[in-house]
Amino acid sequence: MSDATKPAVPILEARNLIKTLGGNRVLDSVSLAIGRGKVKVLIGPSGAGKSTLLQCLNFLLPPDSGQILLEGREIDKKSKKELCSFRQQVGMIFQDFNLFDHLSALENVRVALMKVKGMGKLDATERAVAELKRVGLADKASLYPANLSGGQKQRVAIARALAMDPKIMLLDEPTSALDPELIGEVLSVIRDLAQGGMTMIMATHQISFSASLADEFMFMEKGRVVEHGSPAELLGKGSGSRTQAFCAKISELTGEAGDGEAGACRL
Amino acid sequence: MSTPYFEFLRAELAPGLLEGLWTSVLVIVPSALLGVVIGITAGVLRVYGAKPVRWLADCYVSLFRGTPLVVQVFFWYFALPYIKIGGWSLVLDPIEAAILAFGMCSGAYQSEYIRGGLNSIKRGQIRAALALGMTTRQAVTSIVLPQAFRRALPGCGNEIIYLIKYSSLASIITVNELTGTATTIAKNTWRNIEVFCTLGVYYLALVTIAAWLLRLAEDALSVPGFERPRT
Repeated sequence: MSDATKPAVPILEARNLIKTLGGNRVLDSVSLAIGRGKVKVLIGPSGAGKSTLLQCLNFLLPPDSGQILLEGREIDKKSKKELCSFRQQVGMIFQDFNLFDHLSALENVRVALMKVKGMGKLDATERAVAELKRVGLADKASLYPANLSGGQKQRVAIARALAMDPKIMLLDEPTSALDPELIGEVLSVIRDLAQGGMTMIMATHQISFSASLADEFMFMEKGRVVEHGSPAELLGKGSGSRTQAFCAKISELTGEAGDGEAGACRL
Repeated sequence: MSTPYFEFLRAELAPGLLEGLWTSVLVIVPSALLGVVIGITAGVLRVYGAKPVRWLADCYVSLFRGTPLVVQVFFWYFALPYIKIGGWSLVLDPIEAAILAFGMCSGAYQSEYIRGGLNSIKRGQIRAALALGMTTRQAVTSIVLPQAFRRALPGCGNEIIYLIKYSSLASIITVNELTGTATTIAKNTWRNIEVFCTLGVYYLALVTIAAWLLRLAEDALSVPGFERPRT
């Protein structure tokens, strides 16, 4: 493997992803590479292709063309076995949680450990309890999704993904479906993850929060990455960047100018 | 001239019907189970199967929902022995033919309830399961199906209750179940009204027990978010 000899092989790399949905080119030759422990944040207006990109990255939506490489090895999307083992290593968090509604919080975290990793029930339970504890939900293990708040559901979803020991996490607007007062608890879990060295690609509208975590911002529009760079570069005053204009608009709309979002835009 | 009803019931009708009742149960329970198994299988294949498989399952449902049950019962009992494959043919005894006929017919209807249940579960659940590394088969069997089955259970129960009553058709291929026995007793005693009204009560009792069992099943499978609505 010549790749192994290079100093830093990206954990995940995508080359020229193209995806057409219903005649629209939703992803137009998007490439990205992310190194270990890095946090990339995708921003951009709705319909820019952020969700599609994340779902293409783990083949939930198979890209029409392009390559995806995990630690330098290209994934053969035709091999079901390879796809399953690849997906185990790529955790995914959805906007609408997608918890398994017939399973308790504990069982939600445990089910893939048993079915996919083939762990015994005791070991899987132990691991699931540990993961729930990590997201601060040890006391909610026996509750069903119907009895959890949105923020708690998303934290269970994060615990469920973490239990698989992913090498990278993809987060698709993890807080967009949450009431404002519940966003904080999810963001603090994500912050802990980033600080613990988890590699992440996150689509979000939480500009100020992500600016404090991200190594790189990628601004997407109409299926293309229009700008990318460090948050400081893109959000810097007078940078004249699209990113800056976009997040200024967000902060204007959310009416939090002055403190939260706009503060981040000024950086 | 004739004995009073209760005397007739005690001495003649009840002992006769009791035997028929056991035969009915012997037909109903296996065909209901067969119907559920076939219904789940066909329902899953119709939603998640590959195209040719889906097409086959759809054909099965059209055929068995589209032809009268009497015809199907006659087919399995009378026509099947004539179908020779490699000089070999299958001859079923009346009870086996009845179970097969009811199971196949019930399965076609059950699959429709299961299909509805499967379609009611959001696609996101499958996506989440796949994202964890499950195969499509694992995602369907351990994530979607358990939820779909809970949603489909009231409909499936409905079909089982219906099956209890159409099991009376077994009498036309000489199975001496409830209806068959009652017909014989009615012919021999000329007490049609009393016999058939009593028969109705027996079916009502069977259906009541089945409804109670189904309710227990719904309760046992109940989890928050999938409860049986209570008043």
